[in-house]
Amino acid sequence: MLIPINWLKDYVDIDKLSVRELSDGLTLSGSHVDSIINLNKGIRNVVVGRILSLISHEDADSLKIAQVDVGSKVVQIVTGALNIKTGDLIPIALDGAVLPGNKIIEDTVIRGQASQGMMCSYEELGVEDKLIPKESRNGILILPSEFELGRDINEVLGFEGSILDIEITFNRPDCLSILGIARESAATFEKSFNFPDIEILKPEDEIGQYLKEVRIDSNELCTRYYAKVIKDVKIGPSPLWLQRKIMDAGMRPVNNIVDATNYVMIEMGQPLHAFDLEKMKGRKVIVRAAREGETILTLDKEIRQLSNDMCVIADEDNAQCIGGVMGGYESEITENTQLIIMECANFNSKSIRFTSKKLGLRSEASSRNEKALSPRNVSYANERVCQIIEQIGAGTIVNGHYDVGVTDFKEKTVTMRPYKCDELLGVTIDTDRMIRILNSLEIESRIEGDVIVSKVPHFRPDIEQEADLIEEVGRIYGFEKIEPQALKGDILKGTRSDLGNLEESIKCYLSGIGFCEITTYSFISPKKYAMLNIPQGSDLNRDIRIINPLGEDFSSMRTTLLPGVMDVVAKNTHYGNKKGKLYEVGNIFRSEVIPIIDLPQEIRTLSMAMYGDTDYYQMKGVVDNIFRQYQIDVEHLSVNDNPSFHPGRTAGIYHKDTCLGIMGEIHPLVAKRFDIKEKIYIAELNLENILSLQITERKYSEIPKFPSITRDMALVIGDEFEVGEVIKEVKRRNYAFLEKVEFFDMYKGKGIDEGFKSLAFSFVFRSKSRTLNDEEINQIFNHIVTDLQKSFNARLR
Amino acid sequence: MEQKLIKIQKDVLMQIEQVDNIKDLENIRVQVLGKKGELTSLLRAMGALSPEERPLMGKIANEVREIINQSIEEAKASISSKQQELDLIQERIDVTIPGSFMALGHRHPLMQVKKELEDLFLSMGYDVVEGPEIDTVENNFDDLNAPEDHPSRDKTDTFYITENLLLRTQTSPVQIRTMKTRKPPIRIVSAGRTFRFDDVDDTHSPMFHQMECLVVDKGVTMANLKDSIDKFVRALFGENMKTRFRPHNFPFTEPSAEVDVSCLKCMGTGCDACSFTGWSMELLGCGMVHPNVLRNCGIDPDIYSGYAFGMGIDRVTMVKYGLSDIRLLFDNDIRFLEQF
Repeated sequence: MLIPINWLKDYVDIDKLSVRELSDGLTLSGSHVDSIINLNKGIRNVVVGRILSLISHEDADSLKIAQVDVGSKVVQIVTGALNIKTGDLIPIALDGAVLPGNKIIEDTVIRGQASQGMMCSYEELGVEDKLIPKESRNGILILPSEFELGRDINEVLGFEGSILDIEITFNRPDCLSILGIARESAATFEKSFNFPDIEILKPEDEIGQYLKEVRIDSNELCTRYYAKVIKDVKIGPSPLWLQRKIMDAGMRPVNNIVDATNYVMIEMGQPLHAFDLEKMKGRKVIVRAAREGETILTLDKEIRQLSNDMCVIADEDNAQCIGGVMGGYESEITENTQLIIMECANFNSKSIRFTSKKLGLRSEASSRNEKALSPRNVSYANERVCQIIEQIGAGTIVNGHYDVGVTDFKEKTVTMRPYKCDELLGVTIDTDRMIRILNSLEIESRIEGDVIVSKVPHFRPDIEQEADLIEEVGRIYGFEKIEPQALKGDILKGTRSDLGNLEESIKCYLSGIGFCEITTYSFISPKKYAMLNIPQGSDLNRDIRIINPLGEDFSSMRTTLLPGVMDVVAKNTHYGNKKGKLYEVGNIFRSEVIPIIDLPQEIRTLSMAMYGDTDYYQMKGVVDNIFRQYQIDVEHLSVNDNPSFHPGRTAGIYHKDTCLGIMGEIHPLVAKRFDIKEKIYIAELNLENILSLQITERKYSEIPKFPSITRDMALVIGDEFEVGEVIKEVKRRNYAFLEKVEFFDMYKGKGIDEGFKSLAFSFVFRSKSRTLNDEEINQIFNHIVTDLQKSFNARLR
Repeated sequence: MEQKLIKIQKDVLMQIEQVDNIKDLENIRVQVLGKKGELTSLLRAMGALSPEERPLMGKIANEVREIINQSIEEAKASISSKQQELDLIQERIDVTIPGSFMALGHRHPLMQVKKELEDLFLSMGYDVVEGPEIDTVENNFDDLNAPEDHPSRDKTDTFYITENLLLRTQTSPVQIRTMKTRKPPIRIVSAGRTFRFDDVDDTHSPMFHQMECLVVDKGVTMANLKDSIDKFVRALFGENMKTRFRPHNFPFTEPSAEVDVSCLKCMGTGCDACSFTGWSMELLGCGMVHPNVLRNCGIDPDIYSGYAFGMGIDRVTMVKYGLSDIRLLFDNDIRFLEQF
């Protein structure tokens, strides 16, 4: 909200405060000043002048020579301006004048004629294009009112002082107005606040002569409707003071009537709408819900499709305005309008918000009407705008008004216990001081026994209970005056959840072995499932969808981390990062029932990816170390039917019957779809299953006292057998003294028949109670050899 | 015999002096002191001496053996120390050649900041709790006292899964979940993913991260809130940081405030980064838990009070590492990740 300080001064005495003091004070009492705009544009030596004569330049068709009276003298100016005529008052930049942007104007000669200065447009005076009145765009600024010749243009246009740009919070629509901020300023700086006196001096006739009826058919959509009639309207530009005021508040002057309504809207925060009474069939105003399918041509010449949850202002037959959002083209005020209805109403804020969103129409009016405005302001604002219209001579106010809808307002009282206020803020504030602060905000308060009883003013619907009053006292007293105090109470021990701890420890491990953590969105494109070859009907395809996503690419809650990880790998290979070890820990989303009814399962999942200069077994080592760390026995079982992965290079990771995850090489076809040329190894593990199986306890087991004996064996065995089977067989047989068996090499090729491979194992034997001798171990080892030869139809190499 | 002994000693010592390697020394030892060595043979001949001479000669012979032995040992030590020196010189390497590179892993900067914040609060006795990314309208809005017509509820602000389920727009629903399941005293923080209907640009992302802190107990005051935030801000950004509490409005706290901290670039003196205000704006939102929120969770606001504050982890991360584009955080370029 733009608040010109000079306008603010009309209602509160803040003359002695510097801009900085005012801005800091307001910010610290809750009206956050986002920025300060300086109205002083650095203009020098530009004065008011009157065109005495205007003749064509003999040597140039497009130029004219003007004699201009600037008070102290008459100067000759050569100009190309089209919109000027003799008698016009205009800003003249004299010899040596400085314009915004440090542009300097000097006497010159144009086509043989002396030109002693320049006529200025609003633009040349540094005014934003969107604020310049239509009649002054693309031309010289013609001043609409009388001013002394030679007077400094800075004074005339009010290019002095500053504008505060204030952020208004949702709960304070009353502050979307100069009066609201004036009230805040008064409370903040302990000054008195002056509400404008509203009086219409010379009303004529009676409203009933012009307007037959005003009624509300839908109380739900409109709470109160207050109408006045203005006759003998003379549409024209408003006086300069009015134009300049609304321009400084960020609005473009249109004509005297519209400017007056905007002036009051900015001043009081209450939107108004003026429209042509003679266009209202039957001279009636009916506030009703739009009929389903009804249309209206709005001010911006667009046909709008209405629905029955929107409020319209209609005559006997048709909608003439979309209530509180935008006027209709038919009933718009034109240069010929003589009789107008001035409307001021309190609409249903929710319906306004809905309507303006649905129609894509947002205006200064709708942005205020969509908030909880005070229905009481409706009459004040309407009388006030009539006063201004009378004052600027734009029309004659007709006696009387229509005021329909709710007009008896209930008074709300809220109580506050002073000790509770102190307790919550952690300070001690005098009860009198509390009352003084509340009264300064026009919250009429007095002490009754032990409590402060406050009448809530009509413009503060946000005040509902004690805490709200405490906040009012606290913010005006000043949060900065509250001394920090350490929290009292027991010293507590902070803890992380078990899952959080597990996640932390896995992240430490992965950081230690060179993995980079990534963060990808929780929502993905559903197309990714197909790119990953995931078949219809797979659990991974039963995804939860967002009903209003940013776009299809962000619409599916991921059922696996794979797509995000694959995207990141793809991106990095394209960036030229030749190898990568990446991981993400995040939730995947699963629901038994689709479409979803209750909260879904969110499963904490770890996904790791490696590409470039790596292989399957490196990834397997990374994975198995995690299980070793948490003492979970796992088995890798070959998986050949997961279509995202290579059918011959993929394993499910199991602890007994529980699947803890999957790992493998990404299917080359899938990699190709993601435009990745490298081989990618990915493991995705369910952290919640790991959490439930992990053994974190550690027990010391004695370090062996006696030496071990090691025997190696190279076994030539059919290709169909896997190393895991051999080891399983060895373990199953429980050989005496066998401490461990480890695979260490595989060989295929020369010396080994086609269809066979040579596997090398190392067997370690040890006794807990004595040193073993070679003979006994040879005996056991020979047993093992014979057994394996039999079981796998193998031979020693 | 004595003469012979002395000669052996003299000869051998001379030999030792000339030897420059351990092997030759060993040979000398064998030659002289070995089973068939000169000295040994000589001693064997002692049997021919008279009983009077024998002990005398024995003593001398032992002395000679001792001296030779010692000399050999000394020579050995000297040779091996010389050898050691030579070896050391030969073994000299170029220490400026880069080390064998062992890839370092890196936490994502957002996750680093998240952990740093969590650890800070853990050390102050707060529990770290978590909540789901998909939550109910009740937890995310209703029980947090969000007015029914609050624009944040709109489908243009919030992602919905159904009419009643949404992607949480803040970590605050964890407050509700906590207060409904735990009894005061409550001291928790919760950080995680949050979602809002924002198109991606330099400073916006539809997914971002928040951290939330909640304390509920008897007699908790705004003065306590200020103290906690001051301590927290100083721990995070440094002891010189100042804070400024500006009254604000949040549905779930009353009174509410936004907290500005000293501009991290100029430390409060004013610079272009802070528009010459000296403050980094709106780093945190905070306030005293709204009595309606306490009531919604079955906690009597006449007995208990509490404070809550929250902040954007992405914002803190960007300020901390000097990032100007939030997209960097979700692009996951390894060259970016490796910097943290």
